[in-house]
Amino acid sequence: MSKKQHYTITVNGKAEEFLAEPRELLIYTLRERLNITGPHIGCETSHCGACTVTIDGKSVKACTMFVAQADGKDITTIEGIGGPDDLHPLQTAFKEHHGLQCGYCTPGMITRAVKLLEENPNPTEEDIRFGMAGNICRCTGYQNIVKSIQAAAAEMNAAKEAAE
Amino acid sequence: MKDDVTSREERIENLSGLGCSRKRVEDARFTQGKGNYVDDIKLDGMLFGDFVRSPYAHARVKSIDTSAALEVPGVLAVLTAADLEPLGLHWMPTLAGDKQMVLADGKVLFQGQEVAFVVAEDRYAAADGIDAVEVEYEELEVLVDPFKATASDVVLREDTVDEAGRPTDGAHGPRKHHNHIFTWEAGDKDPTFEVIDAAEVVAEETMYYHRTHPCPLETCGCVASMDKVNGKLTLWGTFQAPHAIRTIVSLISGIEEHNIRVISPDIGGGFGNKVGAYSGYVCSVVASIVTGKPVKWIEDRMDNLMTTAFARDYWMKGRISATKEGKITGLHCHVTADHGAFDACADPTKFPAGFMNICTGSYDIPTAFLEVDGVYTNKAPGGVSYRCSFRVTEAVYFIERMIEVLAIELNMDAAELRRINFIRKEQFPYKAALGWEYDSGDYHTAWDKALKTVDYEGLRAEQAQRVEDFKAGKTRSLMGIGLSFFTEIVGAGPVKNCDILGLGMFDSCDIRIHPTGSAIARLGTISQGQGHATTFAQILASEIGLPAESITIEEGDTDTAPYGLGTYGSRSTPVAGAATAMAGRKIRAKAQIIAAYLLEVHDDDVEFDVDRFVVKGVPEKFKTMKDIAFAAYNQAIPGIEPGLEAVSYYDPPNMTYPFGAYVCVMDVDVDTGVTDIRRFYALDDCGTRINPMIIEGQVHGGLTEALAVALGQEIAYDDMGNVKTGTLMDFFLPTAWEVPNYETDFTVTPSPHHPIGAKGVGESPHVGGVPCFSNAVQDAFRAFGLRHTNMPHDHWRIWKTANELGLHT
Amino acid sequence: MIPATFEYYRPKDMAGVLSILEEHGDEARVMAGGHSLIPMMKLRMADVPHLIDLQDVGGLSDIEIGAESVRIGAMVTQHQIIDSDPLAAAAPILREAALQIADPQVRYMGTVGGNVANGDPGNDMPGLMQCVDATFALIGPEGEREVPARDFYEAAYMTARGDDEVLTAVTFPRFTGGYAYEKQKRKIGDYATAAAAVQITKAAGACASAAVAMTNLSDTPVYSEAAGAALVGTSVDDAALSAAVAAMLGDIDPTEDNRGPIAFKKHVAGVILRRAILRAWSRA
Repeated sequence: MSKKQHYTITVNGKAEEFLAEPRELLIYTLRERLNITGPHIGCETSHCGACTVTIDGKSVKACTMFVAQADGKDITTIEGIGGPDDLHPLQTAFKEHHGLQCGYCTPGMITRAVKLLEENPNPTEEDIRFGMAGNICRCTGYQNIVKSIQAAAAEMNAAKEAAE
Repeated sequence: MKDDVTSREERIENLSGLGCSRKRVEDARFTQGKGNYVDDIKLDGMLFGDFVRSPYAHARVKSIDTSAALEVPGVLAVLTAADLEPLGLHWMPTLAGDKQMVLADGKVLFQGQEVAFVVAEDRYAAADGIDAVEVEYEELEVLVDPFKATASDVVLREDTVDEAGRPTDGAHGPRKHHNHIFTWEAGDKDPTFEVIDAAEVVAEETMYYHRTHPCPLETCGCVASMDKVNGKLTLWGTFQAPHAIRTIVSLISGIEEHNIRVISPDIGGGFGNKVGAYSGYVCSVVASIVTGKPVKWIEDRMDNLMTTAFARDYWMKGRISATKEGKITGLHCHVTADHGAFDACADPTKFPAGFMNICTGSYDIPTAFLEVDGVYTNKAPGGVSYRCSFRVTEAVYFIERMIEVLAIELNMDAAELRRINFIRKEQFPYKAALGWEYDSGDYHTAWDKALKTVDYEGLRAEQAQRVEDFKAGKTRSLMGIGLSFFTEIVGAGPVKNCDILGLGMFDSCDIRIHPTGSAIARLGTISQGQGHATTFAQILASEIGLPAESITIEEGDTDTAPYGLGTYGSRSTPVAGAATAMAGRKIRAKAQIIAAYLLEVHDDDVEFDVDRFVVKGVPEKFKTMKDIAFAAYNQAIPGIEPGLEAVSYYDPPNMTYPFGAYVCVMDVDVDTGVTDIRRFYALDDCGTRINPMIIEGQVHGGLTEALAVALGQEIAYDDMGNVKTGTLMDFFLPTAWEVPNYETDFTVTPSPHHPIGAKGVGESPHVGGVPCFSNAVQDAFRAFGLRHTNMPHDHWRIWKTANELGLHT
Repeated sequence: MIPATFEYYRPKDMAGVLSILEEHGDEARVMAGGHSLIPMMKLRMADVPHLIDLQDVGGLSDIEIGAESVRIGAMVTQHQIIDSDPLAAAAPILREAALQIADPQVRYMGTVGGNVANGDPGNDMPGLMQCVDATFALIGPEGEREVPARDFYEAAYMTARGDDEVLTAVTFPRFTGGYAYEKQKRKIGDYATAAAAVQITKAAGACASAAVAMTNLSDTPVYSEAAGAALVGTSVDDAALSAAVAAMLGDIDPTEDNRGPIAFKKHVAGVILRRAILRAWSRA
C-alpha cells in the first residue's frame, strides 16, 4: 500500500476533501468514498461508458482515471444534471421515449448526451449514433435512445428560442 | 376522477390498463442516478472478497500458499477448498443435477476457475492479496473440443468415474464415456430414419452454434450479511430467481430457510447470466459467517466473461427429408452439447437439453427424432438461456438453417418452402412430433404480411440484378435477404413436467388493496429491465379497476414476496402475469360481494364494468372499486372477512408459443467481409399486448443482441483452453454506430389458456433474430454455391466464405 | 481490476519530469491521457512503480500552424485535433484519422504524444505520422533531439525513445494535396484490422508524390516507401494501384489474432490501401 495523499475534487458543485491512495480509481472515489452511485461500472477497460462523468467540460470514463489525476478537477455526474425538482430535458425524454430498460447504462448515457448536445445542439441521427458510440447499452438496441436525444434536442432548442 | 360524468372510454383511459403505452414508473430513479444495484449497497464494516483464479484450463493444484497474502495489510482471510470441506461446501449442486467445485479441490478444470477467496477490508487490499497467494500447478492435457474429449483417455471429472475408471451413472442416466454427461432423446428414432431413408429429397447439414455469453452491463455479485445475534442471513445479489437462491442457500448451508432473506435489488440486465448459483455467493456467505461482517463480492468483466454462465456451444447435425414438391416428411437432429467442466445448465430438471425438442419449428413435420449428448470439456460451466427460453435459440437456428439448406437442395424459394410447410391455423392446438402441444398460431397471416410489407418479390429481383452486376464486375457487394419464421416455447412451466431442483415452476402474486383504493402487489419474479413495475400494474388495473398509477409492484425480497421461480425464459408474463390476473380476479370476486351488499342487491345482480360494479340494467347504480376498497375496511359485512387481499399461485396448464416473421436485407462486401444491414423488419405475435411501447423496446433490444451473436459475439478458446475474448475489446457488444433502426410490426393471436391471452415477448426477437441475420449473410452467397457456413459471421469468416467460393480471383 | 500500488507525481515542468525519470530509470513512466496505460495497469500487465502525470507540464498542449509546418504538442488530445479547423485546413488527414480512433470519451483523453510514444502497433497515430513525414521532438537528460517518425519504431512497444526521455511534440510539413485515412475495424473502439494513411500530390495529371503508411499490420507501423514509389509518375490507374498494393504487401508482416488470419489481413490491407489511394487521388 502506498501512502495516502490529500486530494480535493469538486463534485456536482461541492468541494470534497479526503485522503486516498493515488491508485484509487475515480469511479470508486465517486461511488464508494463519496456515495455518488449514479455512475456505474460495466467493463473496466474504457469500452462501455457506464462510468461516464464530465470533468472540466470533457466526457470521461471514470474507470480509467486515477483519483490522483482528478485532483483539483470539477466533476459533474448524473446526480448533478437534474433531480426531482429540476429534471434535465434529457432525463424527461429518456422516460418519454423509452430510452432505457435496466437503467444501468442510463446515467452514463445521459451524462454523455448532455455534453453531446452542448457541443452539437442540432445533431443528425448519424451525429448522435457516432457521438454516443462510447456508451454501450445491452437492453434497448439504441433506437429509442437516439429518439430520446433527438426529442430532448428539439425541446431544448424550442426552449432556447422561446427565451430569446 | 369524476365517476358520474366521465365516459366509459375515459374511465378505461384513466386506468392505464392493458394495451396502453404507459410510461415506465421505474425510469424516474434510473434517469436520476438513483437506482439501487447490488454494488451500490454499502454496509457498516463491509468487507470485500475476490478470487484467486486459475491461469490454466486443466491442472493439478499441488499447493496453495496463503501466508504472504495474509501478511498484506487489510487482508483478513483466505479461503481455500480445505477450509470449506469441513462445512461440506467445497462443492455445490448445480441446477442440472451435477455438482461443481466452489473452490478448486485438487485440480482446476477451466481457465478462470475459482481457486481461493481473499477477504479484505477493501477491494484494493483484496487485489493485492490475490497477487500474493502462491499456487503451484501441474499442467494436464487440455480438452476443449467435445469430440476429442469423448475420444480421449484423459478423465476430466475424476469424481464421476468408479475405481476402475468406468463412468458412473449421471443425473440423466448411463454415461457412454468418462467425459460424457448424458444422452437425451425425444421423438421416434426408427420411424424417422425410415421416412428419411425412403424420402425423395434429403438435405443434410452440420452446424456449430458457437459459445457466447449474455454479458449484461452489470456483472454478477452479492453482499452477504450474517447477523450472528439474530441468526439471520441476508443476501443481496443479482439474482434472476431470488426465491430459488434462498432455497439453494438453505439446502447447502443448513441455515433454515426462514432465517435467510434474499433480496434482488435493481438488476442491470440479466439475459440468463444471473439465473445460476455461483461460487462467489457461497464464498461470500461463508466469509460473512466466519468474519461476522458483511462481505461483498462483485465480478469484474473478465471474471464475468470467463467464468459465469456461457450460452450455446451446440454442434448440431441435421437431416431433413421432403417430397420433390417440398413437403417436409421427417427431421433428425443430433446434438453434441459442450457443457464445459461442470454441467451447470439452467434448465428444468427433466430437460437436460432444455426445450431443444421444439426444433421442428413452425412446420408441420410428421416424424422427427432428436438426440442430444452432453459432454465435459475444459471450458467454463454454464449453458444458460441467453435471452431465450431453454435452448430455444439453438432449436430455432437449427430448423431455420435446415429449411434454407432444404430450399437449396430443392432449388426452391425459401419463403415459399416455409409457407407450404407451416402448421395451419386450423391445426391448433397442434401436437408436434417431438411432444409439445402448440397452443395457438396463425403463421400464414403473419408471413404474408411480412413478405408483402418488405416487397419480397421486389427484393428478390433486386438481388438477382446484383448478382448479375457482380458477375459483370460492376460491383463487389452482394445482397442477402435473411428470412426467419420462429415459434418460441416460453412460460415454463407446468409443474407436471417443469421443475428446478424439485421446485415446481409455478409463479405467484400477492395483492393487498389499501383502504383508500390503492394497492400493492408482490410477485415471485424480478425485473431486470423488463419494466414489471409498469406492466404488471397494467394487468391489475384492467382486472381490478384501480388506476395503474395507484398500484405498487414489488419483487425480489423473499421475506415479503410470495414464492416464485423468477424471471428468465420469458416466463414472467406467461406465469407471474397470469398469477397477477388470477389474484386480481379473486379480489374482484370479493369486491362483487361487497358491492352487492352496499347496493343492497343480490351478488348476481351486479356486474363489473371497467372500474366499478353496477347493478345490472341500472348503470346509474354502482360502487366504484375505490368505494368498495374503503368498505372492505370500514364495514362489518355479514359473512365475509374484513380486508381485501388475494394470493394466487399459478401453475400454467401449458407453455405459450409466441411466434414471428422477420426479414433482414443486408449488403455484404465480398472483399472485406463487412456487412451493412439496410433493413430489418420484425413482426411479432406475442398474443395480447400489454404495453406496446415496452414490447417494441424489447424487440429492439433482442434484435440487437441477435445481431451481436450472429455477426461476431463469441467466447473463443485457443487449444490450451485460454479464453481469447475476455474483455469488451474482443467480446463484441455493438454500439449505437453498428446497430440499424428496426421496423416493428405485429399480429395478435391470444393464448387460449392464459388468463389474458398474453404469451411473452422479451426473448422472441433474439430467438428469431439470430437465424435471420445469419440467413441474410448466407443468402448473399447462395447464388455462388454456398450451402452453409457457421456463425459468427465476423469480417474474416465472411471473407473466408467468399474466398473459398472463388470470389477473390 | 485494481492496479498495483505506485508513487504518483505531477510535476509542474519538464525539468521535474526528467529528474524523476533520471532517479527511477525504467521503474518510472510518463502518462498523458492514460487510456492505453491505465487499462494495462489495471490488468496488472504493466508494472509502474513511479507514475509521472504530465497534465501540469506547460507548453505541451498547443497546435501551432506555421507557414511551412504544423507543430502539435504531445498533450494535444484527439478531440482537440478533430475540433481544430485551422489544423483541418493545414493537415486534413489528421481529423479524418482521429475520428476513427476509439470513441468520443477516449478521444477527450487520448493524446497525440501518448498515441505515438507508446509504440503500440494498434495505435493509429504512428502510421499517420509516418505518412505525413513527422518528426518527433524528444527531451532527455542530454537535451533535446529530433527523430523522424519513419525511424522511430523498432518493435512492439520498442521505440527510439530512451527510458529517460519524453516525447514533447510532433512536427510535420503542411500539406496540400489528396489524402485519406482508411480503416477497417470490427466496431467502434477497436484497433484496426488494417488501416492505411495516404497523401498524394498531383502535377499535370500524374502522381507527383505519394506517401503510404499502414497500421496494425506488423509489430510496428509500416511506412511503405515502395508503395508510394509505385504511384509516382503514374495516373494512378489500375496497374499502378496493383503495383502499390503489391509493394505494400512486401513491407507488412501481420500476425493472426481475433480479427482474423494472416491471409485475410493481407487481403484487407490491399483493399483498404486501394480505397485510400483512390480517395486521396480523387482529392488531389
